[in-house]
Amino acid sequence: MKRPSFSFLSRVSAPFRSAYESLPMPVRRWTVPALLVIFFIIALLSPSFLNLYWQQVLIYVGINIILTASLNLVNGYMGEFSVGHAGFMAVGAYVASILTVWIFPRWGLGAYIPFLFPVALLVGGLAAGLTGLVIAFPSFRTRGDYLAIVTLAWNMIVKSVLENIDAIGGPRGFMGMQKLTSVAWVYVWVVITIYLLRNLVYSNYGRGTLSIREDEIASSLVSVDTRKVKITVFVVAALFAGIAGGLFAHIIQFINPRSFSILKSTDVLVMVYLGGIGSLGGSILGATVYTVLLELLRPLQVWRWVVGPLMLVLLMIFRPYGMMGMREWRFLIPWEELPETVTALRERVRRKRETLTAPAPVGGSSD
Amino acid sequence: MPVLQIRGLTHYFGGLRAVHDFNLDLEPGELIGIIGPNGAGKTTIFNLITGVHRPTEGEIFFNGHNLVGKRPEQIVSLGIARTFQTIRLFRNLSVLDNVRIAHFARTRYRLMTAMFRLPKYMHEEAEVRERALELLDLMGLSEQANWVASSLPYGLQRRLEIARALATEPRLLLLDEPAAGMNPGEIADLMELIQWIRRRFDLTIILIEHQMRVVMGICERIKVLDFGETIAEGTPAEIQNNPRVIEAYLGEEAIV
Repeated sequence: MKRPSFSFLSRVSAPFRSAYESLPMPVRRWTVPALLVIFFIIALLSPSFLNLYWQQVLIYVGINIILTASLNLVNGYMGEFSVGHAGFMAVGAYVASILTVWIFPRWGLGAYIPFLFPVALLVGGLAAGLTGLVIAFPSFRTRGDYLAIVTLAWNMIVKSVLENIDAIGGPRGFMGMQKLTSVAWVYVWVVITIYLLRNLVYSNYGRGTLSIREDEIASSLVSVDTRKVKITVFVVAALFAGIAGGLFAHIIQFINPRSFSILKSTDVLVMVYLGGIGSLGGSILGATVYTVLLELLRPLQVWRWVVGPLMLVLLMIFRPYGMMGMREWRFLIPWEELPETVTALRERVRRKRETLTAPAPVGGSSD
Repeated sequence: MPVLQIRGLTHYFGGLRAVHDFNLDLEPGELIGIIGPNGAGKTTIFNLITGVHRPTEGEIFFNGHNLVGKRPEQIVSLGIARTFQTIRLFRNLSVLDNVRIAHFARTRYRLMTAMFRLPKYMHEEAEVRERALELLDLMGLSEQANWVASSLPYGLQRRLEIARALATEPRLLLLDEPAAGMNPGEIADLMELIQWIRRRFDLTIILIEHQMRVVMGICERIKVLDFGETIAEGTPAEIQNNPRVIEAYLGEEAIV
């Protein structure tokens, strides 16, 4: 498949890139961490200059980035088709909410809830990851559309199970959460998520994941334990969806099973394919563009819900790779993986090469 | 003691008998050829050895390990690597990544170690990167380390596929029609390359070929298949004059 060239984005980013490249090396290495800290301070101060509405939009952008990046792992990097991401989000949302509303106060920790919020989110994420494990085990025994069907069923099962447990409100939903999610918190979780997922992507597991998408048989024949990689990646994706669910529950302070329907899963799918498969930068871009777009389309009222599915169809036809398909922003690539680092290392290896080398490469331009 | 022992290997695809009663004893360091017309069952034998298919009947022993019922990645880890008749690179990944993926089974770090970039991960990754680049350098591919695999010219794609197989550190290398689609000049280069990697990596090699003249030059021993049956076995000279082989290749009328 041919990769899309994306001249618009590179043109926009060109001045920034050349400014960055003119910086001396030590400054360059600390640019990204420094910017992250500055943005964190801005996020902390944001309640003083942003009204509640825009704070909420920013929070949704962040939550959607976490959802999109994690689903991209399965649908983009691995090339499988999971359509039930909202199901894992629901597990995380309910578990985290039950912790902050019932469990922590019962243990006499009511006063510490704002500090225990990350713990609640993590437990919610782990619970979602655990359900992911249960789904992944049977689903990955066979290949292809099977996963799509199982995850679709999973999403529906989660919804109807939640509707039928009266203790957590059933169809009426669950409430009583404090408004714990702030712009700063979401920002921190987005940074953590992207950082951890980036590290996964550039590790053995990430390369294994990509090789499964490229050619699963060839991948197992060069020693990749494809079943282990598939299950691991799926569980990681579910875990982060759970964390996003927890954050979501503590901003709207009211969750009901309908918040986690197939529609929500479809939104995440649109963001993945809009931003671009196999790209964390794409996920950030896709989630941001789509979330803000839906906000701007509010005047359309009910009709704006047509936008998502319609975009999904059009994207699949005209731009299956999305905005940043298979490309990555430079700052999201670990320094040791940058092309110039590889080139430098290659030269070092060449200098100490053995005297015995292979016969000259086969003619350069055969067809 | 033979590296690879195959006894009574038989495989059916539904009602179609693809391989019947195939036997092989392979001594360390040997380079043998399997030839035969299209559909003779050559690739099926490779698929049975590497665990892609499970044989209907028969036994395969590699250095004392029974391979039947093992998964492909387990068999690779025991030391058997292969290439494919139609090139099956990870086309959208870089040349370096193609080779690094083949280090999968030998990296020991766990998921959490990688996600938090702990020293063990950094250390092992640096080693993998360096070894992969060394191999690419050795195979004359290091200039292209950052290229996307699909952008390599055909001959270099073949070479990369061999490099990727070598990266798993095999004892036995299975080459499935490596000369397919090459012109005579490229074939000569390839034959030279095969003999070079055999010495350099101390390999035992099975070479499948469709064209007889390719294997004649470099194989010590040749087995000829036709419709899943072994119809002849021997040195290149013996094979060349075997009437059954000529029949299989040229048709019956030619020998009358």
